[in-house]
Amino acid sequence: MTQSEAVAGRVAPPVVPRVRRPRSVLVFAAYAWLAAVIGMALLASLLPLAPYITAVGVPHQGPRWGSLELSMGTDYLGRSILSRAVHGARVSLVVGTVASLIGVVVGGLLGMLAGYLGGRLDAVVRLLTDAMLAFPPLILLMALSSVLTPSMGTLLLGLTLLVIPTFVRLARANTLAWSAREFVLAARNMGAGHRAILLKEILPNVLPTLAAYLPVVMAAMIVAEGSLSFLGLGIPPPTPSWGGMIEDGKDAITDSPHMVLMPALIIFLTVFSLNLAGDHLRRRFDRTLQD
Amino acid sequence: MLLTVVSRIGRGLLVVLLVSFAVVGLMSLAPGSVAEVILGENATPEAIAALNAELGMDRPFLARYLDWLGDALRGDLGTSPLTNQPVTEAIMERLPVTLQLAAMALLIALAVAVLLAVASAVRPGGPVDRAVNVVSSVFLSVPAFIAGPVLIYVFALQLGWFPVIGWSDVDEGLAANLRGALLPAVSIALIEIAAFHRVLREDLVGTLREDFVGAARAKGMSPSYVMFRHALRPSSMSLITLAGINLGRLVGGTVIVESLFLLPGLGQLLTTSIVSRDLITVQGVVVFVAVVYVVINTAVDLSYRLIDPRVRKAALA
Repeated sequence: MTQSEAVAGRVAPPVVPRVRRPRSVLVFAAYAWLAAVIGMALLASLLPLAPYITAVGVPHQGPRWGSLELSMGTDYLGRSILSRAVHGARVSLVVGTVASLIGVVVGGLLGMLAGYLGGRLDAVVRLLTDAMLAFPPLILLMALSSVLTPSMGTLLLGLTLLVIPTFVRLARANTLAWSAREFVLAARNMGAGHRAILLKEILPNVLPTLAAYLPVVMAAMIVAEGSLSFLGLGIPPPTPSWGGMIEDGKDAITDSPHMVLMPALIIFLTVFSLNLAGDHLRRRFDRTLQD
Repeated sequence: MLLTVVSRIGRGLLVVLLVSFAVVGLMSLAPGSVAEVILGENATPEAIAALNAELGMDRPFLARYLDWLGDALRGDLGTSPLTNQPVTEAIMERLPVTLQLAAMALLIALAVAVLLAVASAVRPGGPVDRAVNVVSSVFLSVPAFIAGPVLIYVFALQLGWFPVIGWSDVDEGLAANLRGALLPAVSIALIEIAAFHRVLREDLVGTLREDFVGAARAKGMSPSYVMFRHALRPSSMSLITLAGINLGRLVGGTVIVESLFLLPGLGQLLTTSIVSRDLITVQGVVVFVAVVYVVINTAVDLSYRLIDPRVRKAALA
C-alpha cells in the first residue's frame, strides 16, 4: 500500500484541521428573528389577523393574553398593534431591502470604476461622494421630503441617495486593494481588457465584502425610515410603519406605554439582529478588515 | 505640510459650494412658488406673477443662485415669508439649544466610551470584555426615536427624576437647564457610545501589543498609568475621525429629540418649516448645517497633526 503510493509518486494530502468558527447562540437567534419578521411580512395578509385599518377592540387597551390580535394591545383607534406591526414590517423591509440593493449596484459599480480607472473619473466621483456625505443623513431626507410629497417612491429615492456614497467608498477602497494584486497583472498580461478584468477578476472579490455590509446598511435604512416617520414626514397614514406607530403612541405614553414600547421593541430586535448578522458576515468576508 | 493644509481646505470649500448649489437647486424644484405661499391659495395668477417678478423668482436659476450665494457670504440667508424673520436670526436664536445638546451628547458618549473601551482592552476576550461588548451591541441598535420615549417612560414617568418635556434656559439656573437637557442628550449619546467603544477598543488592543507599552511596563509603571498616559493617546486617532463623521448622525438625533422633548432648537425650526412649507428657512437651515459639518470634518482631518507627531513627520517626508 505505502509502497505503491511511493511508486506512483503520490503523497498523502496534508491533514488540515477545519477552521473552527465560534458559534454564538445570539447570532443564531438573530437570524431566527430576521427569518420570522420576513416570514410574517410576506404572509401578512394570510395570517389570522384583522386588517390594519379596522378596530378590534377598545382604544388604548393594554396587551392581553388569549387573543392573538390583542396580544400587543390596541392603538388610539382600537386597531390591533400586532396587525399594524406585521404590516408595518412590509414597509420597513421593502424600504430597507430595495434601497440597499440599488445602493449596492449603483454605488458598487461607480466605486469599482473609480478605483480601477482612477484619474479624472476618480476625482469627480470622490468629490461627488464627499458632497453627498456632507449632508447629515436625516437632514438630507428632511430636505427631500420638504420638496417632494411623501410616498413610498420618494422615500426610496431619498434612502437610495443616502446609501450610494457609502458603497462607492467601500467598493473603491476594495478595488484599489485588489487591482494591485498579481492575478490582475497576470490577466492584463494575457491580454484581458478592462471590462474582462473588472467583471472576472475584481467583481468576484469585491462582491462578498459589499454583500457583507448589506445587513448593517439595511438596519441603518430601517432606522432612517423610522426617524422620518417619527417626525411625521414618512409614509402617509393609514399605511402603518414602525416609526409612525411610535409617533402615534408617544403622546399617550403616560397612560398606555405599550403603544410605544411594543413597536420600539420590534424595531430594536430587528435592528439588533441585522447588526449582529452584519458583524458575523463582515468578520467572514471583509478583506480590508482581515489584512 | 502647508500644501496639504491648503489643498484640504480648498477641497472643503469646493464641497461647500457643491452642497449649497444642490440645496438651492433642490428647493427650486419644489412645486408652488414663494409668492403662492405668501399670498395664500386665493391669489390670482397675475398677483402671483407680479410678486414673483418683484422677488426676482422669474429669473434663470443660475442668476438666482449667484445672488443667493453673494447674500449668503454676507451672512444673509433670506427672510422667511411666513414669519418675516431673517433666517440667519432665526438660526442664531435656536443654535444654542442644539449646540448644547450636541456637545453634551458628545461629551457623555466620549467619556462613557473611553471607560468602557479601557475596561474591555485590559483583558480582550475576558468576561468583562464580553459583557461590555454585548452592552455595546445593544446600544448600537437604539436610535434616538426609540431611546427617547423609553428613557422618558423609565426615568421621567416611572422614577420621576427628570422633567418629561420642555427646556429651561441657563438664565433660569444651570441645574434646571442640565436636568432638562440630560435625558435628550443621553437619548442621542447611546448609539454613539457603542460606535466609539468599538473603534477605541480595537485600537487600544492593538496599541497595547506594541513594544513601547512593553517597555513602559518593564520599567515598572502601573497598569493604569500605562493605559491612560501611554496607550490612550496614540489609540484615539480613529475615535476622533469617527466623532467628526458621526456628528452628522448626532445632528439628526437632535432633530428627533427636539421634536420629542419639545426643545426650541434648530431641528425644531427645520421640522416646523417643512410642515408649514417655509422653503426659504428650510434651505437656510440645511445649508447652514451642511457647511458646519464640512468645516468640522475638515478641521478634524487637519487636527491629526496636533495629536500624533508621527503623522506630521510622515507628511514632511
